[in-house]
Amino acid sequence: MLYREAGDFSTTYPEDSQTFPIKFDRYRYYVVLFIAIFVIPFMINDYWVNSIFMPFLIYSIAAIGLNILVGYCGQVSLGTGAFMAVGAYACYKLMTAFPEVSMFIHVLLAGGITAAVGVLFGLPSLRIKGFYLAVATLAAQFFLVWMFNKVSWFYNYSASGQINAPERDTFGILITGPNTEAWATYLFCLFFTILSAVLARNLTRGAMGRQWMAIRDMDIAAEIIGVNPLKAKLTAFAVSSFFVGISGALFFAVYLGAVEVGEVFGITKSFLVLFMIIIGGLGSIFGCFAGAAFLVLLPVVLKVIGADMLGWPTDIVAHLNLVIVGGLIVVFLIAEPHGLAQLWRVAKEKLRLWPFPH
Amino acid sequence: MKMKLATWATAALMAASPVMADLVFPSLDYRTGPYAANGIPLADGYQDYFTMLNERDGGIGGVETRVVSCETGYNTEKGVECYESTKGEGSLVYQPYSTGITYQLIPKATADDIPIHSMGYGRTSAKNGKVFSHVFNYPGSYWDAASIAIKHIIDVSGGDITGKKIALVYHNSAYGKEPIRTLEELSKKHGFELSLLAVDHPGQEQKSQWLSIRQQRPDYVLMWGWGVMNQVAIQEAANIRFPMENFIGVWWSGSENDVEPVGDKANGYKALALSAPGRDYGVYEDLKSHVYDKGLAAGNGDQMGTVLYNRALYAAMLAAEAARIAQEIHGVGDITPGMMRDGMEALDMSDERMTELGFANFAPAFKVTCENHGGSGKGAVQQWNASDKTWTLITDFIESDKSVIDPLIAEDSAAYAAENNIEERCN
Repeated sequence: MLYREAGDFSTTYPEDSQTFPIKFDRYRYYVVLFIAIFVIPFMINDYWVNSIFMPFLIYSIAAIGLNILVGYCGQVSLGTGAFMAVGAYACYKLMTAFPEVSMFIHVLLAGGITAAVGVLFGLPSLRIKGFYLAVATLAAQFFLVWMFNKVSWFYNYSASGQINAPERDTFGILITGPNTEAWATYLFCLFFTILSAVLARNLTRGAMGRQWMAIRDMDIAAEIIGVNPLKAKLTAFAVSSFFVGISGALFFAVYLGAVEVGEVFGITKSFLVLFMIIIGGLGSIFGCFAGAAFLVLLPVVLKVIGADMLGWPTDIVAHLNLVIVGGLIVVFLIAEPHGLAQLWRVAKEKLRLWPFPH
Repeated sequence: MKMKLATWATAALMAASPVMADLVFPSLDYRTGPYAANGIPLADGYQDYFTMLNERDGGIGGVETRVVSCETGYNTEKGVECYESTKGEGSLVYQPYSTGITYQLIPKATADDIPIHSMGYGRTSAKNGKVFSHVFNYPGSYWDAASIAIKHIIDVSGGDITGKKIALVYHNSAYGKEPIRTLEELSKKHGFELSLLAVDHPGQEQKSQWLSIRQQRPDYVLMWGWGVMNQVAIQEAANIRFPMENFIGVWWSGSENDVEPVGDKANGYKALALSAPGRDYGVYEDLKSHVYDKGLAAGNGDQMGTVLYNRALYAAMLAAEAARIAQEIHGVGDITPGMMRDGMEALDMSDERMTELGFANFAPAFKVTCENHGGSGKGAVQQWNASDKTWTLITDFIESDKSVIDPLIAEDSAAYAAENNIEERCN
């Protein structure tokens, strides 16, 4: 009943091929955007932005990046953490070298630098596949983290080896540093999230995305029908790393403000983002948001319910979180490999027919 | 029956009425993850001391205290989440027990007018109160620790360590890297050779580091370790038969939980200490009668008297004392975080006051001023006796080499001030 196509006519090709062809879906999307842009910034405070919205938005961008590589192009990567670190350190070097330039430019440039590094580490994918490629990207993970720890140029020779985001602005509004307003950092991250999602959605619907998916489904067949594997794989690495780099830059500069590479961008971060797209749904942009929301919110919700409301010991709640996430990954891999996005798709199908399924 | 009804009525009234004034002490603790072995005694001690104050004195200056714990897992992201979720409750002072989280919170808390007490960890140059208005690291810092360790080595090797080799095994993070600058300066001054061996988080894998120690044969090994890294390092040192009395850990690498897993082979291991070990202090009698015997002890209640439990008691005592001073300065019971900061800056821990509080001969006296947020910078050396399972202080509290440390602090804090456009205070 809710999703009715009856009376929803498309008279042109662009109308027919738009992202949300069903009217109800489209309006829902506009409402979500409206609330995100015009309502939330007026209600948000430090707690909501730092504990929920900012990690959700930033992890969504990282999940979109990884999903392009793993979900759309089928190239397994365990180097997400390291590529986020590249974005963070690139952003740091740019912020300190060119303090007068707007943060927008820095974040975009950090994404570009990460794309270049991603292509470099994507080269082995031309020769190796599957598990072996995962191991090669794992090498990137360990090498890059080691390098950022070892070469003191990257952290401007500071004694602690940490990078700290100085105060920087865009259009005169502070974006980084301790004196930022909640709405400013929220809108800044939201802008990049929307940009990434729209860009990724349209890339994956176009010729490039179809090439990626052809490579994912069967690379030899793709080659035979004329897909250039070198171009397809390397563009996937580049685009994926671009998004991951943006998320890393935001993660460091806007969200945390100070970063220690081994701890923040270690192998656990790579796995976290991978879990997000597994739970959210491989090969789906909506799945990136669902997975990120799920894994960001779960510990917070558990903490609020378990520790704050029921008064359980904090360590039990923390362990429970690990148990639930681990269990869910097993369940999703067995029962629903396409993740929350598939559940959503099924729900929509059901809703179309509801309440008369026959 | 009537009595019971009245009690219920009061309880219902209390539950229904708005929150009563209380002093909130957030505890960003970690009882999970690779650092839990060290995090648990710290969390238990901090909580038990405030429980004792509530039970014995009804809080501080008549205002009840409340400890809000939040599990960080020694993870900076969770630390930020904990900070944001607890700061709204009127949190008076943050003690994150993590150098990473401390670095994160320094600008945030300063902007929010909430003090941080990073007791013997965190950013060393925060000692300079002229630049770091809201950060305190009394009674000592990493650079003090490095200097004290070297002084002890000079002492045991007869006054001259020219040409000796000293290796530093450190946690590859801001925490582990902190002492390097000071040790490099000290190696120039005293003519010893310094080699650096980094151990990556979480530190379970140290075979290659100890292999190179076996090859290089340093005369002394210093360690800046935390959590599971400590136990592994001491085990590896025992495996290569490195003489334990030449192996010195910082004050974060010297608790029972670090040496006990290694057993007898850990005998003779040395570590720095901020305070004296054991439980022969007046405060333990009060804790026993008001907390343990009533079944109010935090956690499993099995950490009493350990080094880190004592340190957390010390930290809690310093926080409570600062709160009391803040109440006196401002003349109100229910103080704000900003008032708490003033109290911390006026803290004066004399020997007499420590004795009054049940901490006689526990730690050296010190005084905080506007310029000096770092206290005395004194530390002692303690040694592990594996058969008795006890730590014993083998030196007096040693003063660090200020001639080396003070210029470094001035340099580092000046760099921070320039980076963040901070004007010097206290003039």
